[in-house]
Amino acid sequence: MLGYALRRLVLALPLLIGITFVSFLVIHLAPGEPTELQGGEVTSTQSDRELRERLREIYGLDKPLHVQYWSWLTRLARLDFGRSFSPDARPVLQKIGERLPVTLLLNIVELAIIVVLAIPIGVFSATRQYSKFDKVTTVFVFVGFATPDFWLALMLMILFGVQLGWLPISQLRSPMWEYMSFWQQHWDFLTHLVLPVVVATFGGLAGFSRYMRQSMLEVIRQDYIQSARAKGLAEGVVIGKHALRNALLPIVTVLGLSLPGLIGGSVIVESIFAIPGMGQLMVQAVFERDYPVIMGNLVIVAALTLVANLIADLTYSLIDPRIRVAARRGRR
Amino acid sequence: MSPRAAVRLLGLLLALAVAGCGGEADSSVDTGATQTHVAARPAYGDTYIEALRGNISGLIPNVLSDGPSFEVGSMIYSGLVGYDKDSNLKGELAESWEASRDCLDFTFKLRRNVKWHDGHPFTAADVVFTYETMVNPKTPTAYAGDFKPVESVVAVDPYTVHVRYKHPHGRALQSWSIWMLPKHLLEPYVLEGKLREAPQNRANPVGTGMYRFSEWRTGERVVLTANPDYFEGRPYISRVVYRIIPSSATTFLELKAGGVDGARLTALQFKRQTEYPAFRKAYTKYPYAANIYVYLGLNLKDPRFADRRVRQAFAHAINKREIIEGVRLGLAREATGPYKPGTWPYNPNVRTYPHDTEKARELLAAAGWKEKNADGILVRNGQPLKFDLLTSQGSDEGRKVAEIIQASFKDLGVQVEIRVIEWAALLKEYIKKRNFEAIMLAWGVTPDPDQYDIWHSSKTSPDELNRIGYANPEVDDLLEKGRRSCVEAERKKHYDRLQEVLAEDQPIIFLYFREELPVVSSRVRGIVPAPIGIQYNFNEWFVPKPLHRYTAG
Repeated sequence: MLGYALRRLVLALPLLIGITFVSFLVIHLAPGEPTELQGGEVTSTQSDRELRERLREIYGLDKPLHVQYWSWLTRLARLDFGRSFSPDARPVLQKIGERLPVTLLLNIVELAIIVVLAIPIGVFSATRQYSKFDKVTTVFVFVGFATPDFWLALMLMILFGVQLGWLPISQLRSPMWEYMSFWQQHWDFLTHLVLPVVVATFGGLAGFSRYMRQSMLEVIRQDYIQSARAKGLAEGVVIGKHALRNALLPIVTVLGLSLPGLIGGSVIVESIFAIPGMGQLMVQAVFERDYPVIMGNLVIVAALTLVANLIADLTYSLIDPRIRVAARRGRR
Repeated sequence: MSPRAAVRLLGLLLALAVAGCGGEADSSVDTGATQTHVAARPAYGDTYIEALRGNISGLIPNVLSDGPSFEVGSMIYSGLVGYDKDSNLKGELAESWEASRDCLDFTFKLRRNVKWHDGHPFTAADVVFTYETMVNPKTPTAYAGDFKPVESVVAVDPYTVHVRYKHPHGRALQSWSIWMLPKHLLEPYVLEGKLREAPQNRANPVGTGMYRFSEWRTGERVVLTANPDYFEGRPYISRVVYRIIPSSATTFLELKAGGVDGARLTALQFKRQTEYPAFRKAYTKYPYAANIYVYLGLNLKDPRFADRRVRQAFAHAINKREIIEGVRLGLAREATGPYKPGTWPYNPNVRTYPHDTEKARELLAAAGWKEKNADGILVRNGQPLKFDLLTSQGSDEGRKVAEIIQASFKDLGVQVEIRVIEWAALLKEYIKKRNFEAIMLAWGVTPDPDQYDIWHSSKTSPDELNRIGYANPEVDDLLEKGRRSCVEAERKKHYDRLQEVLAEDQPIIFLYFREELPVVSSRVRGIVPAPIGIQYNFNEWFVPKPLHRYTAG
């Protein structure tokens, strides 16, 4: 098992470099350049050619593309992600680092809620297929899929923020945060989280519970479930133990794949709630052609995706004895 | 979740939809019912919360270029000169100044006893340092051009600065509104060419302005506190919080819930969604003409557009009033040229182009566009009069204006295809390469009328701003004369004539000056709306004691 994991990790390295190469190429070949956008374009009547040339030199954009890539890669090997091209000229890792905690927090809370809710919903609607509950959740799921994030967000803001005044509308802290006591600060932070988490959860919940239902439906039609019932096991044990474990398999894959997504914030939710997370950072970087930030983010996402795939594969063998056994037999 | 819970949730969603449609009248805006009876006596204290559309990119505005950074930066820093409410220059850090008759020598007398936020005295050495920073080839600033014509800047004594120009420069005085930077803190970074990486660009900037920096949380907020030693007196409002809220819809809801005190509205919000009593009571609107006008640019290298009559025909065909009503809900003023109505360079007596489709038709016919092809499009020598109009993605306004123009040109037999392109790509691939037929863009207007870079025939290379390729010897001459003088009356003569020629030529079709639409909480007093806007006297804004909302002293 350990050997397998190591082998996979070593193989992942050239893949990672390949990914960065392609991304680097694509991003640099996209029309537009970071230096174009810093002349105060609309409001200044100054000619900005000299500034551009100065910036091209500072950023190293005057060198050929392969030279740029090589110097980026060698710096990356020393874990130096470079400095942002935006006028704050801050190290990329710092910029990502200050936004990552918020995004991670939101996404982990969201994912946890989704899993906790989606599994029982899926199981119930599968075991009581075509019941009233199943039908209602089906409608709910369609509504969830069809509701645009920003619309739901605005509606909730109007209801709970403006009309009822129960919850803060946007951002993560009140303007008077630093004047609050320790506990008030934490309470303030929590109340700010409610709306964004609800909005982010709503769409994801719909999809996840559907997966669960589908997977469960397939499992309970299997022969071994029949045998379990025939043995006279209680329905709760049949579903909760025999069926559920098998039905969870595909869910593990989906969960594994959503792992890299944990660090990519949702642009819509972040913009509408004015939360400074990864989504906003990335979108701004793309519009400003801030190559080091884009690439830094891509490297992290790519690496996480590869790791997540590996973890998903390993987890399979943990929860599915069939895979474990097959692997052992194959080796013999 | 039980079936009943799911049903309840659906019911809730329906209720939300209704809440979104109406019910604005009973929203929970904090109205402060007693405020009209409160004596408007200035008092120190309270916090003012303003919504910012975007994150600031740094804290040394001299090397930045985005609006939010300037807004925050101009609270922290000050220049030798500034603008009064009518956009006229007035002394800031300079107490007075003298200009020689030939406009080559300027002597600034600095205010004494001005201190940097860290307590260091502000002296002439800082002025010289700021100048050297701006012209240092290693400084990545967009404003170096203003200081090119300077021959020397000398500190005569700690409170006198002498500036000599190589040749007369129209913008000379205006350029000294540049934010002064502290020599004792920034010198090493400037010498290394690392001003952007200086810690003062990230935290603890030190200026001489009315507010001191207190905190910046990226993408979240910037907090400033009143500078008790400000040279024009301590500002009344003791704390300013900028909340960074990218979405205009969210900003608006925050306003309604009382989460911000000041914000800029969209035309729709300003006109249609804020006219109910509770909002009118809680907030005051201060519209003023923005320094930005929207235009339709035609590539004059295209032989079809090189003919002035075609451009004049287009000007007649466009119904500016309809555009202003349709796109800005009336919140804009027709532009007759590149200067803002109400400012000193503006000349109202120029040729105008009232909406007149017949006249447009005649002009086009005179230019040889008489026949129509099977599709109803005008043709000349087999070439149809149709073109692509490029506009920037994300500018809803640009797209709407383009659509109205498209419709009115269609009646004329001119076919317009609208293409929406992302800004960075539009700039690099189309505008800079002059690879366009028509563009829908906006120009910012500076207080000084020098627009040499936009209209002079020598400014047409890819990186320069005469994007449409305009060349008119008379205009070139007027621009040169205008910038070679520092006497306002004399300059006005040149710029008046410039506007006449531009109106006649219509090198671009001037459409409208947009209006800025700020609202401010009614508890804030001391705001005097003026042509330049409302921010200019922020240090005199105050909240009467009984209306203080936040306890910050």
